[in-house]
Amino acid sequence: MASLYAPPSLRQQHDGKSAETRNLKPGEISSGTTIMAVCFNGGVVLGADSRVSSGTYVVNRVSDKIVQLHERIWCCRSGSAADTQALTDIVKHHLGQISIETGRLPTVAMAAHLMRKLIYGNKDNLMAGVIVGGWDPVEGGSVYNVTLGGSCVRQPFTIGGSGSSYIYGLVDAECRSGMNADECNAFVKKAVSHAMARDGSSGGIIRTVVVTEDGNVRSYTEGNKLPYGP
Amino acid sequence: MASSGSGYDLSSSTFSPDGRIFQVEYAAKAVENGGTTLGIRCSDGILLCSEKPLVAGRMAVPASGRRVHALSSYAGAAVTGFLPDGRQVVARGREEAAGYLDSFGAPIPPTVLAERLGSYVHYFTLHGALRPFGASTLMAGYDTAEKRHSLHMVDPSGMSYEYYAAAAGRGRQSAKTELEKLPLQPGGAGVTLERGLVILAKILHMLFEEGRDKPFVIEMGWMGVRTGWKFSAVPDGLVKAAEVEAKKELEDEEGEDDEGEEMEE
Repeated sequence: MASLYAPPSLRQQHDGKSAETRNLKPGEISSGTTIMAVCFNGGVVLGADSRVSSGTYVVNRVSDKIVQLHERIWCCRSGSAADTQALTDIVKHHLGQISIETGRLPTVAMAAHLMRKLIYGNKDNLMAGVIVGGWDPVEGGSVYNVTLGGSCVRQPFTIGGSGSSYIYGLVDAECRSGMNADECNAFVKKAVSHAMARDGSSGGIIRTVVVTEDGNVRSYTEGNKLPYGP
Repeated sequence: MASSGSGYDLSSSTFSPDGRIFQVEYAAKAVENGGTTLGIRCSDGILLCSEKPLVAGRMAVPASGRRVHALSSYAGAAVTGFLPDGRQVVARGREEAAGYLDSFGAPIPPTVLAERLGSYVHYFTLHGALRPFGASTLMAGYDTAEKRHSLHMVDPSGMSYEYYAAAAGRGRQSAKTELEKLPLQPGGAGVTLERGLVILAKILHMLFEEGRDKPFVIEMGWMGVRTGWKFSAVPDGLVKAAEVEAKKELEDEEGEDDEGEEMEE
């Protein structure tokens, strides 16, 4: 028979809170989140939900978790809102400076690299996971997942945030190679809707950005018009 | 041209009444005393070449006292003038390239590296406590993003230009005359690395005067299609072979001149 007494360390680990909220300082705001980015030939589609929570209180139900780092480079934020905002400010600054010095568009790889160096170097004090995606003249469209620990992996598509756990199976099954922009858009909206339906920390509307050589197209899907959900 | 500094040449933080910084000009003189150093932007790569007079005597190992250095995988430099100063610029170039790779995850574009070296060298021309670098640096670089190779030169004032071909040091005037004859400009046929080896060896041997100049060794470095654009020293065997070919061509040309004289009689 399992002992009903749990030593103090184990007791602190499982007190009903999610991995996201456990590591937050008291009162700190999380973007418990679902974020996603998919590459297609000629660009990327980035998508995110819009719920920002502090415990059970939804601080902002229409937040914008997709940040522009440079002309054609964007970033989806998950984890501590304060940490990710500080990180994106710094990376935005460096990308702006280096593009002026080199006289050319920075690459998505460069943005992801900068993000990774910051997260890895400060991992003890940060809780931030980001997806960096965009278009550059060297690689075309590309997507990088920079995780909590500071690892940086380039992938054809990637998901992140607390809600992503619920849709790994879905995205693996639904993803096809050679999708065009519209198909990727639909794929992102479907996947994020499913995550929002199951993850308490994800909800609100779905915001998307489609990035190509020619420009960025921002859009959103209202909460009552999601492809899937209650 | 004799230029009297008289009072305005004691510090590099002083302009002369006619708007010159004499210390920087004197630094350029130090470069003019150095061994001839050449660079060519070939169609399939870049070649850097330095004449190394054997001044350290017979007891010195000829291969030491290098003038051609790698700065990073895709960049290299050749220095002339006051060589210890040149070493400092090379060291800074290495730091800049490594720092850029560490910060941004990509090899530093050659144009950016050249400008950074220029800024570094320039800094030493406006500090009262420091003296300018008495060295010019020829820099070869490959831009992995834009797939383009380029040759640059940074002079003691901190100015840097991109070149089709460049020369610095003792024999630069005559060398420039020879280099200008090559079809290196856009629209021209270009010169291959292989041909470039012989051309540069030829120029150095052409400039050499028995009795006036010390015997010398040629140091060459290159990057190109054949090295995967990585900068490295040209293998000794190829340098020697180029010198042999160069000397042969010089002799043939002298022979032609002689024939011409005979026919006129």
